[in-house]
Amino acid sequence: MTTTVQPRPGDPEITPALIKEHGITPGEYERVVAMLGRTPTLTEVGIVSALWSEHCFYKHSRPLLRTLPTEAPWVLQGPGENAGVIAVKDGLAVAFKIESHNHPSAVEPYQGAATGVGGILRDVFTMGARPVALLNSLRFGPLSSSRVRYLFAGVVKGIGDYGNCVGVPTVGGEVVFDPSYEGNPLVNAMCVGVLREEELIRAVAEGVGNPIIAVGARTGRDGIHGASFASEDLSEASEAKRPRVQVGDPFTEKLLLEASLELIRSGHIVAIQDMGAAGLTSSSAEMAARGDVGVTIDVTKVPVRETGMTPYEILLSESQERMLVVAHKGREDAVREILERWDLEAAVIGEVIAEPVYRVTEGDRVVAEFPGTRLVTDCPTYTIEARESTTLAAARALDPHGVAPLAEEADPIWTLERLLSSPTIAIKAWVWRQYDSMVRTSTIVGPGSDAAVIRLRGTDAGVAMCIDGNGRYVALDPLVGGRIAVCEAARNVACAGARPRAITNNLNFGNPTKPEVYFQLANAVAGMGEACRVLETPVTGGNVSLYNENPQGAIHPTPTVGMVGVLDSLDHVTPTAFQRAGDHIVLLGDNTAELGASEYLQRIHGLTIGAPPACDPAVERRLIDALLDAIASGLVRSAHDCSDGGLAVALAEKSVVRREQPFGFAVDLTAWADLPLRALLFGEAQGRVVTTTTNPDALIALMQRHGVPAQVIGEVTDASSGVEFVIGAVSARSPLEPLARAFHDTIPGIMDGGTPAELAVATSHAPTTD
Amino acid sequence: MKVGIIRFPGSNCDEDAYHAVVDHLDAHAVFLWHKDHDLQGADLVILPGGFSYGDYLRAGAIARFSPIMREVVAHAERGAPVLAICNGFQIACEAGLLPGALLRNAQLRFVCDQVHLRVESIATRFSTRYHIGQVIRIPVAHGDGRYTADGDTIARLEGEGRVVFRYVDAAGHVTHEANPNASLRNIAGIVNDRGNVLGMMPHPERATDIRLGSADGLPLLHSIADALLTGVNA
Repeated sequence: MTTTVQPRPGDPEITPALIKEHGITPGEYERVVAMLGRTPTLTEVGIVSALWSEHCFYKHSRPLLRTLPTEAPWVLQGPGENAGVIAVKDGLAVAFKIESHNHPSAVEPYQGAATGVGGILRDVFTMGARPVALLNSLRFGPLSSSRVRYLFAGVVKGIGDYGNCVGVPTVGGEVVFDPSYEGNPLVNAMCVGVLREEELIRAVAEGVGNPIIAVGARTGRDGIHGASFASEDLSEASEAKRPRVQVGDPFTEKLLLEASLELIRSGHIVAIQDMGAAGLTSSSAEMAARGDVGVTIDVTKVPVRETGMTPYEILLSESQERMLVVAHKGREDAVREILERWDLEAAVIGEVIAEPVYRVTEGDRVVAEFPGTRLVTDCPTYTIEARESTTLAAARALDPHGVAPLAEEADPIWTLERLLSSPTIAIKAWVWRQYDSMVRTSTIVGPGSDAAVIRLRGTDAGVAMCIDGNGRYVALDPLVGGRIAVCEAARNVACAGARPRAITNNLNFGNPTKPEVYFQLANAVAGMGEACRVLETPVTGGNVSLYNENPQGAIHPTPTVGMVGVLDSLDHVTPTAFQRAGDHIVLLGDNTAELGASEYLQRIHGLTIGAPPACDPAVERRLIDALLDAIASGLVRSAHDCSDGGLAVALAEKSVVRREQPFGFAVDLTAWADLPLRALLFGEAQGRVVTTTTNPDALIALMQRHGVPAQVIGEVTDASSGVEFVIGAVSARSPLEPLARAFHDTIPGIMDGGTPAELAVATSHAPTTD
Repeated sequence: MKVGIIRFPGSNCDEDAYHAVVDHLDAHAVFLWHKDHDLQGADLVILPGGFSYGDYLRAGAIARFSPIMREVVAHAERGAPVLAICNGFQIACEAGLLPGALLRNAQLRFVCDQVHLRVESIATRFSTRYHIGQVIRIPVAHGDGRYTADGDTIARLEGEGRVVFRYVDAAGHVTHEANPNASLRNIAGIVNDRGNVLGMMPHPERATDIRLGSADGLPLLHSIADALLTGVNA
């Protein structure tokens, strides 16, 4: 069959201005013309603009991502699918993936965040997995801004309303506040699902004659060009693009989830994929390319929710809660029957064909046609000259020890309280109380710990998961920052008692065509790759979000790492908080003089300077191996890693995190009396875990066998004893309550009024008359 | 003992209810589809939590019109037990099985937390395994859980001992802070005048294993099983 592709009546002329408006470069346009051997139609320009966008094709990051390790014996599915999959135990496997919804959340926080959750759920259940947990990683500007409070509250409500309705618990995550995110909040959502290995299904179209079926919600005009919107800098004009943000319907999602799992298990279908970014276009083209087959789609058969939609609009719509299914020929009615049971629609809109083309028709008229799979494979990739920002290099070179302490810092407890009331460190219960963290009755460890733990019903095994990232480290040294992101996530999972197994990553960066941003991207990826190799935690997929810039500048480069680990036995679940007075506190790892890039410098002095702490993945690997050995030996009663705010904050968090059951502590750090005091207490040296044990001798002996430094630094006391630090001649004491208040009341104070924690901190140190 | 768990589109605590009864009681359970007309001989009907019909219009307002609800109402009218949890409580109120209504939480936010409840009555078939005044820990997870009713109804509920659970602090005191949604009189759970329909916002099915944070929901399940075994029709 020969076909001719012609413009539709009324299509505008294809001009350089139109091409530019679609975000296609002159070089890319030449490639399209060469591929087609003619001028593309408007519909084809739209298709190319979506598929060749940064968001869909990763054209600036792909060459870098190829350097990441992706294999291990337990990896069943690596990058390139809807989600990665690893084997766990007894034929059970876990599918997981992270995705960003930064741009939409910046202009419409509630729907932007909600649809981010919807998309990541679909990525996981289209692998045949039942979603069992959600996590999220959020970054905002300072809460002193009313706009930021609006974004924060809207994002949290959007995440909660969506996940709560679908019935998947939100079990963990992180929230960070830093001026660099003021104009560009980051919203990364991660989903973890469970499947039996034999239920794994891939989004690969195959079988000539097999029907292609659109399933779920109808297609409307919402979200057109969402993918290309996400591939440009934010500006004043972004607000006008609010209609590009899709609207979520979690109720339909819940029906789609149940229907999809039923479809997959029915054996009636070959492949299934979410119509996510770039909607019908990308899902159909990607499934065809993976199977190396041709497809033809008739847009007049797509169920629409409004009249008069053009092929261009139908192809590029990002209406939510839609799936594309390739079914076995002859099973169309069986597929329809399953969907109807869930009150959902299914319409055959095309078929898999032998001819190697990607073809779209509008009835009899061919409106777009691309040869073979070149639409998906021919997009150019770019490698940019990498050049470090001189400003950031200079900031790194500054010596943090040269920063003069404030007068108040003479009392380390003052500093500790200031840090505990930093919104980045303060407990996020205000956030997670809005999330159903318990539905599915499998949440063994929920929000507020180093990592969450979900039990696998019918086994004694569990899966631990967390998300971590630190943009400040990456800004000041992307290579080290990339390493730390992976190592910290691994440490967190290990603190919960699980062996780290694999990661999904979300690379949130600025405009990659700038050499300074490309430098950050290239080096951060290199650092992550190094750490992943040493820790044997391959990357099974992820997401890249670039162009996180606005007129005020770029965000801190922020790779976030979603780590999944496995517990062979739930007996190994290890809590973060202190458990009993009298337990010995043992520090694993060593303290250093490092203070650069710390939350201390940002919170107390408003500075983002100095080198981030050194990170040696081999040292981290030894620490994790040793910690897991100790946990399996029953020697560890609680474990918490040192991160933001350093050792003093880690100890205080262990004391007060459970407000209804707090403990005090008394530590003697005289062994490190020669270190600068603020580095010892608040520096963020890597590779440290604060544990408690009843048997310090055995724990230390075990650590020595693994070559990990370990030392008893004190003991857990009753809450009434408060906290006590002794460092040589220096000592500092405090009752627990002001620390607990700083930690617990800060965010509610800011978001709900009442007494702001800032004020509480100030008044608790004011002179008293009684 | 046979338990029928109603499955509406949007129910999402149906499987949790299933595991709670099957894993902890000598019972078997079946899921009953909202479009069905048959309770399949269930002794106990559970209206589970979730977001039936997306809670669109008003929580529970659409679900009450599901075909299966006619059978549930008939089951209740026969004096057989119905356990209505969270969204199920909302549906039961909409269906007239229980008096009153559940409004949006006073904070206007969804709230998920372990809360303390005080057992106010052990004279119901749902609470015989507790003791009066006992403080238990059961999670809540809802956006529309603020119980309300007119003054006469509240007076009757209180006067007839039909308030079964009340939100309290850890020491058992009724306080404003302990009330997660600003329910009238800290009411967390009530029974109908016949005592065979219990509606409660907290989730006893989530409190069945200490590893999940609490096992304080188990006595509630065992109380129902006791009553069915001994044929109590209190």
